[in-house]
Amino acid sequence: MKNFNGKVLFLDRSDINTDEIIPAKYLTEITKEALKPYLLEDLSLKGFDNKEDIKDKVVLVTRENFGCGSSREHAPWALEVNGINVVIAESFARIFRQNMFNCGMMAIELPKEQIDNLFNNYSGSITNIEVDIDKAKIYVTSSEKSEVIDFDLGGFDKVLVQEGGWVNYADNRY
Amino acid sequence: MGKTLVEKIFDAHRVEQPYPDTHVLKLDRVFCHEITTPIAITDLMARGKDRVFDPSKIKAVIDHVTPAKDSKTAEQGKILRDWARRHEIKDFFDIGRNGVCHAIFPEKGFVRPGYTIIMGDSHTCTHGAFGAFAAGVGTTDLEVGILKGVCAFKSPKSIKFNLKGKLQPGVYAKDLILFIIKELTVNGATNMAIEYTGPVVDRMSMESRMTLCNMAVEAGGTVGICYPDMTTVEYLWNYIKDDFSSKEEALKDYSKWISDKDAIYEKVYEYDISKLEPMVTFGYKPDQVKSVKEMSGIKLDQIYIGSCTNGRIEDLRIAAAILKGKMISDNVRAIVSPATPAIYTMALKEGLIEIFQSAGFCVTNPTCGACLGMSNGVLASGEACASTTNRNFNGRMGKGGVVHLMSPATAAASAINGTIVNSQLYKG
Repeated sequence: MKNFNGKVLFLDRSDINTDEIIPAKYLTEITKEALKPYLLEDLSLKGFDNKEDIKDKVVLVTRENFGCGSSREHAPWALEVNGINVVIAESFARIFRQNMFNCGMMAIELPKEQIDNLFNNYSGSITNIEVDIDKAKIYVTSSEKSEVIDFDLGGFDKVLVQEGGWVNYADNRY
Repeated sequence: MGKTLVEKIFDAHRVEQPYPDTHVLKLDRVFCHEITTPIAITDLMARGKDRVFDPSKIKAVIDHVTPAKDSKTAEQGKILRDWARRHEIKDFFDIGRNGVCHAIFPEKGFVRPGYTIIMGDSHTCTHGAFGAFAAGVGTTDLEVGILKGVCAFKSPKSIKFNLKGKLQPGVYAKDLILFIIKELTVNGATNMAIEYTGPVVDRMSMESRMTLCNMAVEAGGTVGICYPDMTTVEYLWNYIKDDFSSKEEALKDYSKWISDKDAIYEKVYEYDISKLEPMVTFGYKPDQVKSVKEMSGIKLDQIYIGSCTNGRIEDLRIAAAILKGKMISDNVRAIVSPATPAIYTMALKEGLIEIFQSAGFCVTNPTCGACLGMSNGVLASGEACASTTNRNFNGRMGKGGVVHLMSPATAAASAINGTIVNSQLYKG
């Protein structure tokens, strides 16, 4: 399984689309690693610096409908090659969400109140999140606060994460 | 309890249901293009599994950047081309015979009612116009589709639009779908099929139905879907005439791909669209929609007519009828990309290409090109484009550019005017 424990990147916006996550002009790359410098290059979010803010992050926390638009799996790949293996949001676009689990990564949905709480209590400070897939718990810690949040993961999503993605799962089964 | 069309397609294709909310379906078609397929191919090769489940069910095209614009896009084309040859994929469309995937694949008769189709392209929902379950997927789903001929989906939920009344002159399927997206918002249909029904859809051509279904994903929808009828049969007839004794026979067979009257929907929307006006987007989300009247006078730099949304012959005819005998404004430049070689040839024979050229349009070869800012019409920062495409995301057609989505009629009229304007101003 991938690493699901590390620093959090907060992106306080809804409807962040896959063109913003990785612009189409980089879709000519044929390796995942080549996408690394371009993650979130076109994100329109005040104060966000895609060179500095992404560094050493493992978990992304954001709002509604993350990953809408193009089906490009380059979006989860650009996250993955930067070490970000978990996105926690109010909701996801269908294709992006499936792409995450298909890659053995996690797209976790939490109710709006809990997302609000994460932004209100943690977005200003250096925060760490660890996701325990077996216990279905999210451990949030900053220098001042900490808490444990329960989350739901469907059976299929869980097995994809455990088996390292859909190709491995399907190849063994069909 | 009745079933929706999508539930019926799932029932007919289910391989297994490993979890209550997971349905693994057998695929009738796997469509491929040169942007999202090469990484699937190289990954299969790296795994020592360079195989395809059925070369007759896989269709491939180079459409996003064609002709190749640099070494990287040439390499993407080469990977797809070599793979198609290696696996004897007969229906591979290379330059000269290639067109925009969601225009050329239906045109070649590859889509049938009741089919399951995936492609590594979000606008795969277009093919629902034929009563098929067609969904955009990522490269990993595509890879498994190529190798095993299966794909997993959540339990299908549907919403239904019952569209009554009559579209006014100058108002088209594009205006209708922009209105629907505005009503649903950009995630209003996430994980759902959008059924388009009612007299308005019954009267529509297959081209218009494809425009309607194409943008289902802009509201988050998995697929936009229409019931097959005689219009569907007529469109497909050349490809299906050996399978059926008559068109009536074909229609009778296809009629099994219609939702039951007592099917369960998440929501049913009823609209009389007789008063719908031409619509256009503002901002950076496809649900930011206003009437052309409200947006009238917005200055433009480029006009683009084409794409899987509105690059078909009907679209070119509508635009050319407005442009005939007129010139585009000196303040704008304009590009038209017929979506397939067949459409290009028809447009040539009908004199449409001459009308576009005389009006000052650049006519390009069939390609996705400018729609996603990869080639053939990228915007400079601060520029605005009136476009018949499907996404107005920030930077979509070029960093710092703004895209206003609209119908081919509104785009043509706006090209003449140099600003956004109602096409009725230039009515024949």
